[in-house]
Amino acid sequence: MTAVELAGITKRFPGVVANHDIHLTVRKGTVHALVGENGAGKSTLMKILYGMQKPDEGTIAVHGEQVSFSSPADAIARGIGMVHQHFMLADNLTVLENVVLGSEKLHGIGGKARRRIQELSERYGLGVRPDLLMEELGVAARQRVEILKVLYRGATTLILDEPTAVLVPQEVDALFDNLRELKAEGLSVIFISHKLGEVLSVADEITVIRRGTTVGTAVPAETTPRQLAELMVGSELPTPETAESTVTDRPVITVDKLRLAAPGGKALLDDITFTIHAGEVLGIAGVEGNGQTELVDALIGLRHADSGVIRLADEEITAWPTRKRREQGIGYIPEDRHRHGLLLEAPLWENRILGHVTEKPNAKGVWLDPKAAQEDTRRIVTEYDVRTPGIDVTAASLSGGNQQKLIVGREMSHKPRFLIAAHPTRGVDVGAQAAIWDHIREARREGLAVLLISADLDELIGLSDTLRVIYDGKLVADADPATITPEELGTAMTGAAEGHLEHDETPETPADPSEPAQSPEDEAR
Amino acid sequence: MKKFDKERVLLAVAGPVIALAVAFVLSAIVLLASGKNPVEPFALMFEQAGFSDIQVLIINQASMYYIAALAVAIGFRMNLFNIGVDGQYQLGAMMAAIVGAHAALPAALQVPLLLLTAVLTGAFWAGIAGVLKVTRGVSEVVATIMLNAIATSVIGYLWLPTVFGVKVGNNNTTGEMNESGWIPGIDMGDAGEIYGLVILAVLLGVAYWVVLNRTRFGFDLRASGASESAASASGVDPRRMVLTAMLLSGAIAGLAGLPILLGDSHTYNLNFPTGIGFLGIGIALLGRNSPVGIAFAALLWAWLDKASPELDFHGYDKEIAVIMQGLIVLSVVVSYEAVREWGLRRQQRRVGAELAAGHVLGADNNTTKEVAGR
Repeated sequence: MTAVELAGITKRFPGVVANHDIHLTVRKGTVHALVGENGAGKSTLMKILYGMQKPDEGTIAVHGEQVSFSSPADAIARGIGMVHQHFMLADNLTVLENVVLGSEKLHGIGGKARRRIQELSERYGLGVRPDLLMEELGVAARQRVEILKVLYRGATTLILDEPTAVLVPQEVDALFDNLRELKAEGLSVIFISHKLGEVLSVADEITVIRRGTTVGTAVPAETTPRQLAELMVGSELPTPETAESTVTDRPVITVDKLRLAAPGGKALLDDITFTIHAGEVLGIAGVEGNGQTELVDALIGLRHADSGVIRLADEEITAWPTRKRREQGIGYIPEDRHRHGLLLEAPLWENRILGHVTEKPNAKGVWLDPKAAQEDTRRIVTEYDVRTPGIDVTAASLSGGNQQKLIVGREMSHKPRFLIAAHPTRGVDVGAQAAIWDHIREARREGLAVLLISADLDELIGLSDTLRVIYDGKLVADADPATITPEELGTAMTGAAEGHLEHDETPETPADPSEPAQSPEDEAR
Repeated sequence: MKKFDKERVLLAVAGPVIALAVAFVLSAIVLLASGKNPVEPFALMFEQAGFSDIQVLIINQASMYYIAALAVAIGFRMNLFNIGVDGQYQLGAMMAAIVGAHAALPAALQVPLLLLTAVLTGAFWAGIAGVLKVTRGVSEVVATIMLNAIATSVIGYLWLPTVFGVKVGNNNTTGEMNESGWIPGIDMGDAGEIYGLVILAVLLGVAYWVVLNRTRFGFDLRASGASESAASASGVDPRRMVLTAMLLSGAIAGLAGLPILLGDSHTYNLNFPTGIGFLGIGIALLGRNSPVGIAFAALLWAWLDKASPELDFHGYDKEIAVIMQGLIVLSVVVSYEAVREWGLRRQQRRVGAELAAGHVLGADNNTTKEVAGR
């Protein structure tokens, strides 16, 4: 029995065909993964299924019945619900209030609604408590509330848009358990992702979409991540070369006993001590919210440490403001590029100036030099393969990957000595990901010191020369990227392991950072 | 490339044009509803704009609106709502009038002294709100509204004969200013005189554009307005920027009353125009914070002000002009937001289309086709 069947879906925007002759069949009681690069047309397709856009051609059938949606309300009425990538929850309301908001007619807003929520929560093992305030919940719990919201509205087919982007491995496993519960109860899930490992572990069937059309389907048992990636990208992936270690003994950034406390006195960062040498990538692994953001803020100068010392080469920079740090060679690829890295409604060339307004080629004395900045933006666009028709378009009109390439290009153009790279490839497609890794590796060869923070453990292990684990504001463990596995790292991230992490099969002495590091892992995963 | 430039002009013009059209239509409906001819009042007012004496009045009035609106716009450019321009310009004008009445330097020194007095007074008054915001987190909206009320009381105090006041009949004044501080107007014959300080308004407009678009400081200010978080990550000290913007806004606001003070009234009295600061908010909105846009908006406002009294002679209420100003502000807010969103989406689509067609910057790029949506 098919839950949803899309046949021959074509959607044209003026000048572009976003979807072309798409076929997708989701069987009832299964998890169906939809994979493809960013910009491949996944979002458009889901918007069509969720009633946000109308297809120009093709048909949608729900439970065998032809339907036509003109708004999400129509889709919900047919039992199709969507969990967006960015949560739509009000922090200052309780879980119950968030769930009933907009659907007060279903079960009221009182006891009946609460009972319904508890019933759903138990049936699907979601563990949602209706009376907690939303702001008290972590990311994974919020996501479960979003799922419950959709179920509460009577959905039998759930669309999950990149649900694992914000989760750590353990949370991902918990989510997958939830999904299995859902399908055991006969619901269907459409799971959008570009993390192939996850797709293979949770999906019953996979549909690959490339350049707006479905290029194939796969069954996980018979497919490797590599085959899937090649199907997605449409060509054979480049094999990562073996790069020898470039670590020198010249310290670039030295952090000593850094401490940062929240207004209440709770330490957000405590006793953080590390050194990154020229040519070294130090990877920080950790569950989100364990002090990574604060560490980055303290290094770039957005927050000032309560105690401790930060040194850039020989200079103490603890008291320096952000601008001086950036002028003196700290590059910054922020975690949230929309909030910290770009002016979305400004043209690309103004975004090229952002963060480097006092530096050449952007300024001459107190005056801006728009001509030179524009010229240099053109250079970045070409060298870093930012796909744009010009430099006068707004940053908002580029795809996430191209925005990120622009940021990387901008930061690299000022020859930083020390680069803070927070989630440099989050939400970026496979092609751009490889390009960004290459740029970081190349700069590292030239003596750049990099602090890499990432939720993608393969990326961390593949790029880093040294690995540290952050837990509850402290660096609790270190590991050798040459031998450690993502699972072992994941265990330490929950605080279960401390000290030097050994790979089970190869017990050896702690790795010397000057020792040659292993080649990066297979980045295509 | 040119396409996107045209695009930007189109977007810049579409908002105001739609807003004005809607406001005209709504005003006409108001007239119809009150049983009047919906077209004739506009015809009468357009006719007024053709008379040279009315034109002089419009330009004089617009110069003050323009300066006040620039003051508001500086705040808007970095998401600060300086609602206290009214208090700042009144105090600025009064202090300039008081200094002008008591100091007697040669004109070459007296005029700069008066300008400086007004600038410093306005900046000081706005600076109070700025300091409160950066040190105590007080919303600048609340603080400046309160400061407006306080300014009214301060003015009443300064008007006391025992302080700086001079009673002229029933009128409170600050005494006649020394003539060295008067600025001669541009004589237009029978039509009257254009205030000399209209030139100041023009210079301020040019300076506003240059500072915002061509200096590092201006970039930081615009970045702060576009995204506070991105600006601080780029190295802008947000607190210092708030304070600086408030001081600048107040400094310009302090000048708003000077064209009439130095050009015509030569004293600060009960007849001195009030409310210019509040009108400046609507004008800055309509002019989209751009120096050219604000100039048009200021002229439009002044035209509505100066052409509407004629309506009383033809059996219409001149208040239709005030209704229209209100309707313009309302339509402006709605239409700008709509046009902005439409523009962003349209550009995203066009960028997609250009990429699909293979128009990627850097012609040697052989990966162009990768992004094509087929």
